[in-house]
Amino acid sequence: MSATVAALLCPAALLCPAALLAIAALTVVANRGLGADRARWLVYGGAMLVCIAAFGVALVALISSARADGQAADMVLPLGLPGIGARFALDGLSAVFLAVVGLGGAAASLYGLGYGRHEHEPFRVLPFYPAFLAGMMLVPLAADAFTFLVSWEFMSLASWALVLAHHRVPENRRAATVYIVMAAGGTFALLFAFALLAGPAGGFAFAAMRAVPPDAVTAGVVLALALVGAGSKAGLVPLHVWLPLAHPAAPSHVSALMSGVMTKIAVYGFLRLVFDLAGPPAWWWGVPVLVAGGVTAAVGVLTALMQTDIKRLLACSTIENIGLIFAGLGLALAFAANGMAAAAALALTAALFHVVNHALFKSALFFGAGAVLTATGTRELDRLGGLIHRMPVTALAVLVACVAISALPPLNGFASEWLLFQAILLSPELPQWGLKLAVPAVGALLALSVALAAACFVRFYGIAFLGRPRSDEAATAREVDRFSLSAMLGLAGLCVLAGVLPGLVIDLLAPAAAGLVGAAMPPQGGLAWLSIVPIAESRSSYNGLLVLVFIAVSALGTAVVVHRLAGSAVRRAPAWDCGFPNADPATQYTASSFAQPIRRVFAGAIFMVRESVEMPPPGDLSPARFRLDLSDPIWERGYLGLAGLVGRMADFANRLQTLTIRQYLSLVFLSLVALLVVLAVWR
Amino acid sequence: MIPNLADLAVQGAQMALVLAAAPLVTGLVRKVKARLMRRRGPPLLQIYRDLARLLRKEAVVADNASWLFRAVPFLVFAATWVAAALVPTFATGLTFSWSADLIAIVALLGSARFFLALAGMDVGTSFGGIGASREVMIATIAEPAFIMTVFTLALVAGSTQLSTVAAAMATGEVGLRVSLGLALIALVMVAVAENGRVPVDNPATHLELTMVHEAMVLEYSGRHLAMIELAASLKLTLYLSLVACVFVPWGLAGPGSGALAHLIGLAAWAGKLAVAAVLLGLFETSVAKMRVFRVPDFLGAALMLGLLATLLLFVSRSL
Repeated sequence: MSATVAALLCPAALLCPAALLAIAALTVVANRGLGADRARWLVYGGAMLVCIAAFGVALVALISSARADGQAADMVLPLGLPGIGARFALDGLSAVFLAVVGLGGAAASLYGLGYGRHEHEPFRVLPFYPAFLAGMMLVPLAADAFTFLVSWEFMSLASWALVLAHHRVPENRRAATVYIVMAAGGTFALLFAFALLAGPAGGFAFAAMRAVPPDAVTAGVVLALALVGAGSKAGLVPLHVWLPLAHPAAPSHVSALMSGVMTKIAVYGFLRLVFDLAGPPAWWWGVPVLVAGGVTAAVGVLTALMQTDIKRLLACSTIENIGLIFAGLGLALAFAANGMAAAAALALTAALFHVVNHALFKSALFFGAGAVLTATGTRELDRLGGLIHRMPVTALAVLVACVAISALPPLNGFASEWLLFQAILLSPELPQWGLKLAVPAVGALLALSVALAAACFVRFYGIAFLGRPRSDEAATAREVDRFSLSAMLGLAGLCVLAGVLPGLVIDLLAPAAAGLVGAAMPPQGGLAWLSIVPIAESRSSYNGLLVLVFIAVSALGTAVVVHRLAGSAVRRAPAWDCGFPNADPATQYTASSFAQPIRRVFAGAIFMVRESVEMPPPGDLSPARFRLDLSDPIWERGYLGLAGLVGRMADFANRLQTLTIRQYLSLVFLSLVALLVVLAVWR
Repeated sequence: MIPNLADLAVQGAQMALVLAAAPLVTGLVRKVKARLMRRRGPPLLQIYRDLARLLRKEAVVADNASWLFRAVPFLVFAATWVAAALVPTFATGLTFSWSADLIAIVALLGSARFFLALAGMDVGTSFGGIGASREVMIATIAEPAFIMTVFTLALVAGSTQLSTVAAAMATGEVGLRVSLGLALIALVMVAVAENGRVPVDNPATHLELTMVHEAMVLEYSGRHLAMIELAASLKLTLYLSLVACVFVPWGLAGPGSGALAHLIGLAAWAGKLAVAAVLLGLFETSVAKMRVFRVPDFLGAALMLGLLATLLLFVSRSL
């Protein structure tokens, strides 16, 4: 019985992207004849059902393969290259990421049902949305390099079209250009990686690559190419520059998918290439991945702290979370290379758990940002404030997501970060000096990033939702529709659930870890009181459920006792504020003033910050002005420098186009001689 | 793991005891500081009277305060209390110590701070903003320093469970180590900063530009203020107990030991707290408060010490 189920899973999973593509095609064909309203229902309603089905298939795959450990056979479909066909497979790793896509896609579609109503040009979004989802589902299902790369590019191009949905805004056009250039570069790197793995014989099915592991040097090059290719999609520093531009440009539910889900597909690409196809890891592989993860986490969160646009802030915080995930992957590589399978499984599970968690809370946060945008028409933090009164349900859902992303117990962000710290504490056993020095340094960077993330989300929530409204739009904001609210509340509920029952999630992730590093974390489901014990009980354990119960009981109990014994009288009065009555809302802290201490302490290290105060001369009654110039050297020096270099080289090459016939002939002669010399030396 | 009744009693007694003793510790520090300044100072029990007075008063809440403002005092108190309940004070075999380890205790205190900072911004005054902004700036360095100390302790004891760490420290097999010395200094520096003591913050000030914690809670009154004050006292007691149970673990009653051992443990804990409170008072009177932007240097030193201690343990298990 279970064998037939397993055999049916991969076709069932493939039906989901097929259905999504059919929806996309139908939207294109019917186009305006359908009417915006019905098209919205078709696209978002259909996509939601398909995504729920995909999530269900992935869940069944994870549960069934947890029991019967069998390698799924490839399914060959007569698609793509004639005569060769396309291969698909659903193993533990694919199933985890298919589940993430399904969950994120279902929530985004539910949200889109309400949010899509505010779209001015709905047909710039509707056909591409299911196509984008289909691309993200096909990548984890692909089982050969060609199918993988085609799906990957399909996903990139569909999301590029969605970034351009509001193409009349010049910034969005610029964002889309930067995005397509970075995406093309990343795919280029992946193409080389797969070509190296396929070898001269051209065995480009994943099974063939697995059968013939590459030699050490090739594998090292594949690691570097995977870091560039998948890292540029995921947002590893210094390849992250497109992310804060492109993610906010898309409509909010698409932003949620790009930040919460598409970056995870990039993580999948890295896992597939490095953990699965590139053969047994060498010890040093962990070092670049760890360092990239630690640096990405710190730079990402500091960049997020400097932003005043809510969607950009969230996109930057995605960079931070990608850093945490990659740090976990680096640890897993280091452990796996040294034969410490249990520790590798712990680090890998921590990273995968964070993948799931980040998809949950980042989607919820982007939905919240979209709701704020709908209600107020602005994304500027400094024009918001006091939304907790005007939008109570959104405020509650966003608060839960903020607590979760700040890694505070008892929510899910803390559970995965706790596992990550437990993995770090196992690393003194690693024999190599390079790792012994890198791991504690990266651990400190991660601890710093987590603390900065909490500061970042105090700032985000405190400025946008608390305090007094800083503009008329914020003062007259109205709560958003029920679809959006239920999507946000659903994700917030899942954040709580994954936080108090982390053992269930860990058990579901076990097949993925077992497939990649040959071991899984010990099963957590049967432990007393639903606590999690990664290694041994004497070493460490955590119980989110009990922590939640303890906090709830002591908070409610204290509140009841205090109110009963000491009275519950409340008097409303003007704010005290040390005796300044009715100060203007402009006297509140703003987003940039809140970040000022942190900017002064940390940001000088990675940004070029220039603060200047213009004081009027004595007697002049004009106001003093404060100017803040903040620029990112990675963009200014690195990318713009590179673009300038390309321009100068083009200028130089341009001169070759206006030569005389004599000079051309001599050029031809010289290149002929050069080629002959090369040939002579080569022989 | 199913708790029996005696263990539950110990856990319950511990929770009640910490709560009851916490204001006394704050009172003792105040008394010591006052005596060192040749003032008589308020009586030791004054703080209980203050709390009772605040509880009886009506709570004045700003017109535009949200539900979060009124919920936060209880949330902060609960998170701090749960964290304090997980720190062994007089006995190590705490029934529920397996439900959260040292990393979770750090994060629980982080939750309390997160919500308090949000409450500071809820009313929308500039003082709330300044307090919240500075508090999170201090926390962004203090928390990683704390985590690094936790790493050091966990690597020495082979566990992040605080009861296990305390038991391992008490055996004497650990001995004197460079890393532990560095961790102790780092932890004390973090404790000074997190509790808003001189030289980082001044709990007695209401001078606008020098205050951090007090600016954040400026809008609170009545029972809300009482809960926050009590949570602050609890936090101080938590940190002192933490330092005591890890670095001077003597006298702690082991799991399943008799009533006498528990009594000895109690006396030892009271003694340790008293000594720590006197030392804190002495330290606070002998240094001056720093400018806000000197604090990152102070805490950066703590972070570096913690990192150095962890690195030493990665290099050699015996350092």
